Amino acid sequence: MSTEVVPGFVAVVLVTVATLAIGTWGLRFSRTTSDFFVASRTVRPGLNASAIGGEYLSAASFLGVAGLVLTFGADMLWYPVGWTAGYLVLLVLVAAPLRRSGAYTLPDFAEARLGSRGVRALCSVLVVAIGWLYLLPQFQGAGLTLQAAIDAPTWVGPLVVAAVVLINVGSGGMRSITFVQAFQYWLKLTALLLPACVLLAVWAGDGAPNPTMGAGAGADYWSLPLGEGGAQGLYVTYSLIVATFLGTMGLPHVVVRFYTNPDGRAARRTTLVVLALLGAFYLLPPVYGALGRIYATDLATAGSDALVLELPRLMVDGILGEVLTGLVTAGAFAAFLSTSSGLSIAVAGVLSQDVTGRRFGTHRLSGIAAFRAGAVIAVVVPAWVSIAAPDVGVARTVGLAFAVAASTFCPLLLLGIWWRGLTAAGAIAGLVVGGVGSGLAVGWTLVTSETTGWVAVLLGQPAAWSVPAALATMVLVSRATRSRVPTHAGRFMVRLHTPESVDLQRT
Amino acid sequence: MRERVRVTGPPRRRAPTTHRSGTREIDAGTELGRVYMESLLGEQLRLALRILGLLAATVGILPLAFHLVPGLAEVRLGPMPLSWLLLGFLVYPWMLTLGWLYIRRSEANERDFATLVEEVER
Repeated sequence: MSTEVVPGFVAVVLVTVATLAIGTWGLRFSRTTSDFFVASRTVRPGLNASAIGGEYLSAASFLGVAGLVLTFGADMLWYPVGWTAGYLVLLVLVAAPLRRSGAYTLPDFAEARLGSRGVRALCSVLVVAIGWLYLLPQFQGAGLTLQAAIDAPTWVGPLVVAAVVLINVGSGGMRSITFVQAFQYWLKLTALLLPACVLLAVWAGDGAPNPTMGAGAGADYWSLPLGEGGAQGLYVTYSLIVATFLGTMGLPHVVVRFYTNPDGRAARRTTLVVLALLGAFYLLPPVYGALGRIYATDLATAGSDALVLELPRLMVDGILGEVLTGLVTAGAFAAFLSTSSGLSIAVAGVLSQDVTGRRFGTHRLSGIAAFRAGAVIAVVVPAWVSIAAPDVGVARTVGLAFAVAASTFCPLLLLGIWWRGLTAAGAIAGLVVGGVGSGLAVGWTLVTSETTGWVAVLLGQPAAWSVPAALATMVLVSRATRSRVPTHAGRFMVRLHTPESVDLQRT
Repeated sequence: MRERVRVTGPPRRRAPTTHRSGTREIDAGTELGRVYMESLLGEQLRLALRILGLLAATVGILPLAFHLVPGLAEVRLGPMPLSWLLLGFLVYPWMLTLGWLYIRRSEANERDFATLVEEVER
């Protein structure tokens, strides 16, 4: 082992041990099925918000944003802005009613609201699809990071992450994962903040050269917050805004966290704290992008994903540089672990209710056993795919997961919460239109490499047309099947919107 | 978790609240109860749309503005380009402010609603 890999190796081992230790410690609090799925709904806003932040800040946030900013400039700032704004949209439209609905998962919400097994089944398929689409790049990213940090073959990363996630999720469920995730938010923030401070001091010592002037070609496009290519660039940027602003509420691992709040009011407060935590974190990646423009110009064209990992060593020599490298490696690894854990919990929850919890012949698994079996399926499938097909683009797949979530669950949640007239037929039609539309775009984008022309642009960033199409389909089909509005819809709406302090019958 | 739980009986001297007509109207699904609920729902939805409108008018408008006025990309405040200042920094405290405003107003709406349905009984 060369000395280059020592800090990365130490960092990965420490993060893994800390994650397992906290998960085991949290195990003492996990007793019931309710603990496993939703931590018995007693997580306070501060802890819950840290956990949401820890789970949400994936490799795309920790590594991807800085690299994209370095290569493409200010239009890539829309990713962190959109990922944060998604929580504002979620706060004002969804947070409190979703919590008050009293459902465990998205399919539970759909079934309770619309009284239809068909909608439930479709939602379960979508949760698993979106979850796997999002898990895949996490496992791949872990492979790439371990390759860069400790020279391991690319299959080691997915294997380590999958094993740690399985141990934690399978043994303690949501209760113990909550502590792990909260710890990992603060770890990620520290791992990006401390090196950034040191690097900024080095930069100031060098006379604070301005990254937006001189260095490299195309200084003006670098400060243009808009895609290139006139109308196409404008479309891409707005489509990205639609996907990220509206997609957050439909991500399975985000939604499942809201059920762990004690009540609607706490759900709102949690979301506000999340906004603050994400805002604080997202100030940092652009700093790395900007510094990279001065100190790591050759990374802009090749391997910009590695910018955050490489920059400390490029700017600081000696032992300090090694320590900082270890720190960012630890943060990146924490990002893979926490996002994968959150997604695995969400997917395992759905699988255990709709697949592994079913009766097979005369045999039926108990609640917790079914959850564990679900966790195994949830983790093993995407881990295997990432090892078998390691060449699918990391940042792209995450963006596409947002587009699919925005085109399916966002219309369902919005109309389900705010419009009495939604019918099961309307919901199914809308989910199919949004899911198939954005799904075809995803498939097309993953198999081709074409990126110019309107067809490529429209399919590469589908949200701007697929979200309105799904929404319109839901409304029109619901109107056409008006006679089949569920009879309990009125009651359910009352429950969604009435504050807990008002003494109503809630059944 | 080992947590000490205090077990208490119901308060002894409690006003007889058998007649909660506001909430009863809603529970029974009468026309009046429906009006109560519609008013809360409409109020909350209008508030949400106002906040989102503010977000769209301030943040959502930026790509269009930079598209229509390309010169904006060269505007600088001190050494920093305007686009970076807006999207890299200011947008986060602004969104936090919007969220805080929303929470204040939505909780006020819910309090008003609670008073309304409970006042009817007297």
